[in-house]
This record gives sequence, C-alpha cells and structure tokens, in this order.
Amino acid sequence: MLEIKNLHVSVGGTPILNGVDLVVPEGEVHAIMGPNGSGKSTLSYTLAGREDYEVTAGEAVYKGQNLLAMNVEERAREGVFLAFQYPVEIPGVSGMYFLKAALNAQRKQRGESEVDAIEFLKIARRNIKILEMDDELVRRSLNVGFSGGEKKRNEILQMAVLEPRLAILDETDSGLDIDALKIVANGVNGLRGPDRTMLLITHYQRLLSYIVPDCVHVLSGGRIVASGDKDLALTLEREGYAAYEAAAA
Amino acid sequence: MAANIDSIDAARELTRGEYKYGFVTEVEEDRAPKGLDENVVRFISAKKGEPEWMLEWRLRAFRAWRERFLPAGDPTWANVRYPKIDYQDSYYYAAPKSQEDRPQSLDDVDPELLAMYDKLGIPLQERAALAGVAVDAVFDSVSVATTYKGALAEKGIIFCAMSEAVREHPELVRKYLGTVVPYADNAFATLNSAVFSDGTFVYVPPGVRCPMELSTYFRINAENTGQFERTLLIADKGSYVSYLEGCTAPMRDENQLHAAVVELVALDDAEIKYSTVQNWYPGDKNGKGGIYNFVTKRGTCRGRNSKISWTQVETGSAITWKYPSCILQGDNSVGEFYSVAVTNNHQQADTGTKMIHIGANTRSTIVSKSISAGYGQNTYRGLVRIQPKARNARNHTQCDGLLLGDRCGAHTVPYIEVKNSAARVEHEATTSKISDDQLFYCMQRGLSAEDAVNLIVNGFCKVVLKELPMEFAVEAQKLLEVSLEGSVG
Repeated sequence: MLEIKNLHVSVGGTPILNGVDLVVPEGEVHAIMGPNGSGKSTLSYTLAGREDYEVTAGEAVYKGQNLLAMNVEERAREGVFLAFQYPVEIPGVSGMYFLKAALNAQRKQRGESEVDAIEFLKIARRNIKILEMDDELVRRSLNVGFSGGEKKRNEILQMAVLEPRLAILDETDSGLDIDALKIVANGVNGLRGPDRTMLLITHYQRLLSYIVPDCVHVLSGGRIVASGDKDLALTLEREGYAAYEAAAA
Repeated sequence: MAANIDSIDAARELTRGEYKYGFVTEVEEDRAPKGLDENVVRFISAKKGEPEWMLEWRLRAFRAWRERFLPAGDPTWANVRYPKIDYQDSYYYAAPKSQEDRPQSLDDVDPELLAMYDKLGIPLQERAALAGVAVDAVFDSVSVATTYKGALAEKGIIFCAMSEAVREHPELVRKYLGTVVPYADNAFATLNSAVFSDGTFVYVPPGVRCPMELSTYFRINAENTGQFERTLLIADKGSYVSYLEGCTAPMRDENQLHAAVVELVALDDAEIKYSTVQNWYPGDKNGKGGIYNFVTKRGTCRGRNSKISWTQVETGSAITWKYPSCILQGDNSVGEFYSVAVTNNHQQADTGTKMIHIGANTRSTIVSKSISAGYGQNTYRGLVRIQPKARNARNHTQCDGLLLGDRCGAHTVPYIEVKNSAARVEHEATTSKISDDQLFYCMQRGLSAEDAVNLIVNGFCKVVLKELPMEFAVEAQKLLEVSLEGSVG
C-alpha cells in the first residue's frame, strides 16, 4: 500500500529525514512514535505533498504509484488524508460548506457524481453523531474559535466523510482530554477496515491504548530506528526515547 | 441678486440665440458635437423634451462646472492615478443605438464577452439583451417592464426613467432633485447635473412596502445605463424599498468616463436598501482601457427612525472613485455601508463612505472588505462625523484588506470627527494575506488552488455578501471568482 524507501527530506536546506524506510500494508494501522524534533511532522507533511519540504533522495510508492510526483490535491483525490496537528482557521466558511466542497471536488475527480445538499447532510449527520459533536459546531466558521479538542474532532469528522484510503493522523491526541480522546479513538476505530490504511503519529502511548496498532515504529534522528508490535509502545512509555536518541546520534 | 438674475437672463437670451441658429439642424442628429458648452446642455435637454426648470437647473450646474471645477481640475486627494481627462474631447450625448447599428445576433458579439457570460452562468435568454443584440430582447424587456409596472402602480409606487419622471412627476422631481447631492457638489457630480443622460426615478408612497426587489427590470435594461446616470429614490414615511443596481454581467462601454449620481431620501420610519454590483470593463491585463467610474452616491435619512443601507460589490472599472454616504439627520436614524471591492491586474479603487451623524441616537455601521490581486490598489476612505447635536451617536467601522500576491496594495484612510462627547466610535482594521497554511489545508482536502482561493475569499466577504438579496448574492459570489481568475499560481 505504502512503501517508503530511503526517504531524505530537507526543510530550508536543513536535512530532517535521513533515510526513512517504512512499509505499511493495506488495511493496517501503524504508529510512528518519536521524541520532539525527530521528523514526525516532516514525514506527514512530505507524504501529503506540502511545498518547501524538499525530497533530496528516496521514494514513496502509494498504491503502486509514485506518490512524490503527485501534487497536493492529486494525492488528496487519490485518497491521502492528513489530519492536521494544527488545523487551520478559515473565517466565513462553515465546516459543512468546506467539507461538501472537498467531498465533491474529490468525487468529481474520481468520475463520481457530486452529492447534493440533502445527501451530504445525511452523511455528515451520521458521522457527527458518532463523534458526539455539536451540530452547531460545523455550521460555524471552520476552526474559528474552536477549542483544541473541537478542532481534532472536526478533523476526524472530515476523515469520516471523505473516506480516505491512507489516513495520516498527526498528533491527533494532543490537546484532547481523556473523554474526548476516547470519542475520537472510537471514531477512528470505526473507520478501520481492510481498504483503509492508517499512520498514527504520536508522542505518547496513551492514544495507542484506544487505537491498537498493528505495528509501532520509532522515528529518531530522521530515521526509523526500531519497529515492533504494540508492546513496543509500552516499553517506550516506561523507558523513554533516550536509548533510541543515543542510537540515532 | 437682481443683477445676477438679469445677467443670467441676458446670457440665456444670448445662448438661446446661438442655439436657434447653431443647433437647429443638430437637434435631428443622434449625437451632440464633441466637447461641452451650454449648447450641448441645451441640446441634451431639448432631446429629452425637458421643461424650462430642468434646463435651468442643468445650466446652473454647467456654469458651476465651467467656472469652478473645470479650472480647478479633478479632485486629487484620491489614491488613484490616471492621465488628465480632456473634457472637450468627449461626447456628452448619444442616442441609444438603433436596431440596425446593433449586433444582429450573438455571432456578432465579442467571443470574450460571451465566454464571460458563460463563466458567470448568465441565462441564455438574457445574454442577447446584455450584449445589446437587436433581437427579441427589446420585446422581452418591454413586456417584463409592463408586468412590473402594473404591480407597482397598484401600490402607488412610481418607478420610471428619470426623463419620464421629469415630464410626468415634475412636482416630486423638483422637490427632491439636488437636495441630497447639490448640483455643484463636486466636479463629477456637477458634470453629471449638467449633462445627465438618464437614470431611474423611484417614489414609494407613505406606508407602502415595495412588494418586490426593484431588480429584474434592470438586469434586462442594464445595456442602457448611460455614461452620466442619474438616480433619485424617495421613500416616503413608513415605506420600504429594496433596489438592485447593476449587473454581474461584464458591461462594456465606448465611453471611458462615467460619472453617475444617486440620491436617496428616506422620510420618517422609512427604509431604503440599495444594492450594487458593478462590473464595468476593468481594462486589460496590462491596465490598458477600462472605465473611469467616478460616482457620487448619497442618501439622507431625513426623517426620524429612518434607515439607509448601501451594499456594494465592486469588481469592475479601471478606476473606482465612489463613497456611498448617509446623512443621518433624523433622530434614531441608521446608516449602513457594506462593501466588497476587488482590484486585480492594474485596477485602482478608492472607495468607502461618509456617515454624517446629525440627529440624536443615530447609528452607523461600516463593513469594508477589499481584495487586491495582481498590481491592484485598493483604498478604503471613510469619514465618520459626529455633529454637536448627535447625542449618543454610535458608529462601528470594520475594514479588512486581503492581499493576493506581493505586488498589490491595500490602504485604509479613516477620518473621524467627533463633536459630541456622548458619541461612541469604533474603528477596526486588518490587512492579511491568504496564508500558505490555509491553501495547503484546502488543497490537502482535494480542492484546487483556484477553488481554495475562491473559498477563502468568499469566506472573507461573507458578512457583506449576506446583505445582498439571495439571488444577487449567488451571482456576486461567482463574479468574485471570475474577477480573481488567474490571480494565483
């Protein structure tokens, strides 16, 4: 599904990723853990296609295609979804309006018919309920004045409606209290399936108690330095990243 | 004083003499000769079959223009640059084109214009009329107008061409014309007063709520909006009217200089909502051509509890010079100004409003959104004046500028004059760029860069667009998209 080989990425001339190798088979959920500054967000931005993230070497193959050759919206339309660590505010544009525009842009690209307002409302309502969100929230300007938790929940709502093939969740757990974390995890678990692959990027093991991954990788110094099953996260929680940071250095 | 009148009379005799001999053949022509003098003013007045008082009024304006404004030159305080206008090198009257002179079918119309109609989603049956094609359009507009007129007449509402009002309702025109924008108000308004081509007259009688937006009629007749349009709208006590001016379809005109005047009068408890979408030809990508749109729009809330609300979406013209204003004379009266102004390529806009608080408890709201792209320059210029007797007056002003790219400009020039210490005046201003974060976020969800910009721009303008009547708002949104086409990437 996703195969990353020897990926090197620089930002503003500074190398951040120094040869990431990662294989995520279809339908699996992989967690990427690592200390601050290890390159976790750089990896997610690079996979989503953000400008200014310069790939200096390596490749990323997604569904048999060269992911790095596609532009941002092509990747999105091919099913790559990034749940942002810091979702952006767009004043005057309601969450519902934004999401409908996004959904229809993607559907159009795939040669599917656009959904009308009524159909869209049905899809959205169903997911709003699952995520225990306030109906009012999605009528407000996108992310404007949202709490941290509301923003994250809204990201998962978008993911649920857009039904991506590859979802990258960048520190979705940060800023969530325990109740919100459970609801979000519940929402994410509901989206797991044989044709949906997920990358969970996180500092903490906490999230992984609720969304149990198939595989855990440790990113340190811009490289995957260890991989294991869910128990690796527990070890990290106990012992910290120090051992890996030393290894990377 | 007496001597003055005598000399005017003498001048009249003299010029009438000239007119008699100099113009007798010209009256049959469709065009006044080039340049502007008293004879041209007389010619226009004669063409329209105007009564003597109207001609007098025009001539007073003309003399003021010739003696005061022409020597002084155009106002220079606006943040716009254009070559000096040679007023003697223009035509001031041309009859509407005859059927034979018009394009005979859509095949004869500039394909670029048609492409624009297509992008804007203008209904097919309206395109011909808008492009000035000499087909059923005339029939359509006549029949539509007739239907409308019937419904309005039942309520006693007068809604007609200015020239018709001068002939048919002289008592109303004489009572109100020039009472809001005096004939010698400023250079462009004075010129308009002398040579105005035609325009619209609306009178809503006491207690009447106008049953429809005064709009569709204009969409179809928009082709005839002249170079020097003159509009007078009176809402009598306790009445309400919503008026839509302009059209999202791009308007071309061979005359570069446009100087319109709009006067609104709201009496006790009356409300006027005046919405404009302006899309005159903005010139090409290099700033060549395009309309100079020098407009004077002003409304007086003459009565207690009256309200005037201006909403404008300005996307066209090479130069826009326009300050729809409210004189809040009646106690408790309310003035509003909602504006979106777009400047792309080399367009320049200097626009804003004046809120003159005279009565007690008067309130005003100003929301101005400017969007600049390409080399566009966009200036908000607004005056809030609180007069000594305007106890408890309140104003809130919000000016936001959005920049697309790094060669355009947004400027804010607020003037605030407060002469009553019980007043409350607030001014907020922001200037921002569409951030890369916002674009990336939208595009990560599958939107193209262009759609992302449109979405963000529409969100930015939403508070203004929602003031427009529903149908107009949708069109205006589309217009913004088309106006900003090619401004990213």
